[in-house]
Amino acid sequence: MTLEMRSAGRPGIYKGEKRRGLALALPAMLWLGLFFILPLLIVLVISFLTRGTRGVQFTTPVTIENYIDILSFPYVDVFWESIGIAALTTVICLIIGYPLAFFIATRKSRIMQNLTLFLVILPFWTNFLVRTYAIKVMLGADGPLNTTLMNLGLIQEPLQLVNTQLAVLLGLTYSYLPFMVLPIYASVERFEFRLVEAANDLGANDLRAFLRVVLPLTLPGVIAGSILVLIPTIGAYITPDILGGTQGLMIGNLITTQFRGTGNWPRGSAASMVMMLLVMLALIGYVMMSARAALTNRRRPVE
Amino acid sequence: MSQQPQIDIELRNVVKEFTGRSGEFQTRAVDHVSLTIERGEFFSLLGPSGCGKTTTLRMIAGFEAASSGEILLRGKAVQDVPPFHRPVNTVFQDYALFPHMTALQNVMFGLEMENNIPRPEIRRRAEEALEMVRMTPSQFHRKPRQFSGGQQQRIALARALVKRPAVLLLDEPLGALDLKLRKEMQYELITMQNDLGITFIYVTHDQEEALTMSDRIAVMNLGKVLQVGSPEEIYETPNSRFVADFIGETNFLMGTVESHEGICATVRLDESTPIRASYRSEEALTNGQQVTVAIRPEKINIFAAEGSVKHDDGTSDEATAYREKLLRDPDIVMVEGRVEYANYIGTDTRYTIGFGNGQKLVMREQNFGLRNDTYYEVGSRVFIFWDYETARVLTH
Repeated sequence: MTLEMRSAGRPGIYKGEKRRGLALALPAMLWLGLFFILPLLIVLVISFLTRGTRGVQFTTPVTIENYIDILSFPYVDVFWESIGIAALTTVICLIIGYPLAFFIATRKSRIMQNLTLFLVILPFWTNFLVRTYAIKVMLGADGPLNTTLMNLGLIQEPLQLVNTQLAVLLGLTYSYLPFMVLPIYASVERFEFRLVEAANDLGANDLRAFLRVVLPLTLPGVIAGSILVLIPTIGAYITPDILGGTQGLMIGNLITTQFRGTGNWPRGSAASMVMMLLVMLALIGYVMMSARAALTNRRRPVE
Repeated sequence: MSQQPQIDIELRNVVKEFTGRSGEFQTRAVDHVSLTIERGEFFSLLGPSGCGKTTTLRMIAGFEAASSGEILLRGKAVQDVPPFHRPVNTVFQDYALFPHMTALQNVMFGLEMENNIPRPEIRRRAEEALEMVRMTPSQFHRKPRQFSGGQQQRIALARALVKRPAVLLLDEPLGALDLKLRKEMQYELITMQNDLGITFIYVTHDQEEALTMSDRIAVMNLGKVLQVGSPEEIYETPNSRFVADFIGETNFLMGTVESHEGICATVRLDESTPIRASYRSEEALTNGQQVTVAIRPEKINIFAAEGSVKHDDGTSDEATAYREKLLRDPDIVMVEGRVEYANYIGTDTRYTIGFGNGQKLVMREQNFGLRNDTYYEVGSRVFIFWDYETARVLTH
């Protein structure tokens, strides 16, 4: 009822305005239609075709063989591993990011807040690829980390850090941490700290005040941050490629190999579609969660 | 009840200093405040914004630590007791209800924190508390945002009272409500406080609210407590210019002490105008001292210098005869003046009376009869008089 009333009562909606609104959205719609929807449809079609021979990438007959391939050994393991790494990255980002965001949001001086925020996004000023290679150098056998540890006598020979899942995890966490920090910062910044006083006043120690009041009320930021980290890391390609080698193979790398050289376009397409499905599921979950949050927090007219 | 009043809260020389960001400046928000608040008292901290009243309250609650001095709750020093272990609860200015919890969950929260109350009892007590503040069961499961300001206020009250605190701290709890609702809530708060017998410490900047509700009031300014007393004491015998000015409306007349004896001082306002006024016996006056005389507008009476004076009982006197009759009373102080300004405000008419050598007084005359019967024309000559005890000599 409220919804009906709201749209009916919305000022300035007449035919001409509606058309003008469409005109405003048209460039974006054309762009997305041409370069997003259309290629996506092509990939969808290819995913149901068969691999061709002698330079032909795909051909009939129509088949679901590619999907069966992708969802069985060994490919399906890559999916599980990717989801695992992405989930682990998200959790690590959360563990590091939440206290950091909290720290930034609770600085009393505005200058300090802006400075720390600036430091969080500072890495974006350098190229992603360069940063990833820098990590590789850092972790290398004769890199600063190993050298220092050896000089300190803590280890006798260099640790194998590059080309491990650990390196991939490290790289992903490093790259996506800001995406976790910023939304959490936004929700902590909006948080009314008087509520902590109220909780303290009612007998809650700081831990319980955090768990019962602060965390639930900053959850929207946590959810948004987790989605922003989870989605791109599931499909990460450069980081596992550079830091993981053969050890940290993720979906992104799997898809690349299928489209390259003697690859298999239909299988790669199927892998892409499955990955997209995963991401969409995550997004749907997010939308549903935030819709529920919006519903419970919705202001209802009084009296 | 024992003969000796039990002290619920005692503040001894409490100081709160806030240090600036770089540490080079300090503000003293609370400056050597000492107070004793008895069990079951409705005690108000009254003062303008920034006077330190809220800081004082927050130190009692435990949200701020005193820079020096002692705070005792039922005889126990609480400086090192965190807020969640103090037997006090707060009703916050903006209610501070948990927005993600229903009204009932908000009220249950405090009991859940006590760890040893069984769930059904928590629920029962929370429901009782909400019913006590006149919430209906159909409202229990709504979120704070779905309530009006007055309703949120009640939930906040229930949430604090369900803890059965020794002392309830209220930080301008009615500040956000409109006038009518305020009056209603004032009455409800007083009734509730009487029924529960809990000590209330009530912070407000609204002098009328403080006068209406309190057993005792502490008037604060610039971090200091200026006067503590019952509403009558504060209103009738203010101890300083600030208190007299902050509470109600007051005329201030400047003058020098000519003579003084007992509680009566003669103050010369100008060469032609000596008036008598009362002073507090603990005040040490010296002749020749510069002082302020404070007189409330409603304490001053008026009659026309010519013609007859109509009385409320229907009789009338000739003006000069009436004057002589009044002057026979040694307590009466009378001056002759002119109506400089008359302002009709419905229940009363406010007159500005000029007298002596450029002196002015504002007085109020209640409009008993029709306007014409009690109206003094601007420019007309009048006598104004008052009981000397209602005029107060203030030295600071």
